[in-house]
Amino acid sequence: MPWFTRKEKGIRTPTEAKKELPDGLWYKSPAGKIIHMRELKKNAYVCPDDDYHVRIGSKEYFEILFDNNEFEELDEEISSANPLEFVDSKPYPERIKASQKKTKLKDAVRSAHGKINGLDLVIACMDFSFIGGSMGSVVGEKISRAISYSLEKKIPFLMISKSGGARMMEAGYSLMQMAKTSAKLALLAEAKVPYISLLTDPTTGGVTASFAMLGDFNIAEPGALIGFAGPRVIRETIGKDLPKGFQSAEFVLDHGFLDFIVDRRNLKRKLTSLIKMLKEK
Amino acid sequence: MLEFEKPIAELEAKLADMRHLAEANKVDVSEAVASLEEKIERLKKETFENLTRWQRVQLARHPDRPYTLDYIYAMTDDFIELHGDRTVADDKAMVGGFATMEGQSFMFIGQQKGRNTKERQLRNFGMANPEGYRKALRLMKIAEKFNKPIVTLIDTPGAFPGLEAEERGQGEAIAHNLREMFMLKVPVICIIIGEGASGGALGIAIGDRVLMLENSWYSVISPENCSNILWRTWNYKEQAAEALKLTANDMFSNGLVDGIIKEPLGGAHTALSEVAETLKETIFKNLKELNAQSAEERISDRMDKFGAMGVVAE
Repeated sequence: MPWFTRKEKGIRTPTEAKKELPDGLWYKSPAGKIIHMRELKKNAYVCPDDDYHVRIGSKEYFEILFDNNEFEELDEEISSANPLEFVDSKPYPERIKASQKKTKLKDAVRSAHGKINGLDLVIACMDFSFIGGSMGSVVGEKISRAISYSLEKKIPFLMISKSGGARMMEAGYSLMQMAKTSAKLALLAEAKVPYISLLTDPTTGGVTASFAMLGDFNIAEPGALIGFAGPRVIRETIGKDLPKGFQSAEFVLDHGFLDFIVDRRNLKRKLTSLIKMLKEK
Repeated sequence: MLEFEKPIAELEAKLADMRHLAEANKVDVSEAVASLEEKIERLKKETFENLTRWQRVQLARHPDRPYTLDYIYAMTDDFIELHGDRTVADDKAMVGGFATMEGQSFMFIGQQKGRNTKERQLRNFGMANPEGYRKALRLMKIAEKFNKPIVTLIDTPGAFPGLEAEERGQGEAIAHNLREMFMLKVPVICIIIGEGASGGALGIAIGDRVLMLENSWYSVISPENCSNILWRTWNYKEQAAEALKLTANDMFSNGLVDGIIKEPLGGAHTALSEVAETLKETIFKNLKELNAQSAEERISDRMDKFGAMGVVAE
């Protein structure tokens, strides 16, 4: 007979107390590897011990890719309206405001023009921290305008996707962003301006079913979850557990939907080579 | 039968009884019949002019609602169904083929639902796999090659969320259709006839005209799934339907579809041939307008239309 028994099993941390990204000095990967934040940053936010790619946002991607972190941000001021006056547990504008306050972002995508190793590139990069990187009118509009900018200036376009899919609170409008961005990509393709789509963890739903899968080159980060339907939905549909590695970047590559998987530490170098090859004769 | 259809059905049964009795006993009940008929008409009007959004969703899913092939057979003089995506399989949830109406050839494409258990399984409840979307695009390209207009009929609870669907690139298949449909040189008319759920619907719904039958719905997610995600239970589907603004009226007034096609009081399932006739007229009317444009004009208008969708604050 033990001296005392534990009433509850396991550690019970309330959800709001759990953290995805550390705000402290140290980072712990899901496998338990610990690294100093300064080292992590120097390593393109990849854990050196287990190559785990930490989820990062537009600020970090721009820092990693643009020379000297110099770039001109496009359409910075666009933010969400509330066309449907959507209310669930709280009104949509309050949700937006809370997210803006928490993330210091306007919405779930930022776009910019800069140089990587001296080559011009337009990048649109999604931020998962903003309502799950969900696509509403702002995301669709900013991506469309970034593509138009690429088209007009004949500069290659890089889309970095990281999104749970559509933003329900914009319902029909959200759905039509898939159409809108695909229309612009049709024009970009016709003008033969290169489009590279980088899929990062996670890329699912309406984003996968539109611009993310339409690259001349579809590339991904190792281990990223990539799919149309979410794993939970599929599990419920088929009533079986999913095989290990299902919907991982490696799985998607094996099934023929990615050109290659790239370690974030090599991303800039590899993008540079690719863009150079397309540019030179 | 749906809950709100019951009072009407009861009165209709009463009317039938009354007529039957009158016939058998040779009594004149014309006055009573007329008043009952009037009552039924009034009740129908009252019910169907004040449907909630959720009730429209129920009508869109009515077990007797006409499906894609019902309309095709009712509208066309001759229909040759074409199968297969030429790569993996023939998806029975997506049907298509050439048909003629009034001497004009069309390519018809649409999701197909089943009427009974066996058929529903065969048609996978109208949820297409990637090969369905690829088959649809193959048929659209054939139509383009032979310069025939395309009509798509949309009726799906969504693209199939299955294991093999993911393996074969459900997302890529839909994405590819979106981009390619913008570049089609022939007129494309899309009609949502029942359910228009998310990317699975949009995957065949990029057109010069996107129209909705009065009691269909079209949105980014079904009310049930929306409820499940936002409220973490299935019980808020009525509220979700209200919030999503997914009816033909909503979508039209928000500029997300080009028009509404009226259904008779009681819904499309009460009068298939009447609805088929209306659809046919609508298709010809729109085709005439589209034929007046060049292919380049149509493509550019198509792109501009979808390009203008969305509301942002600057």
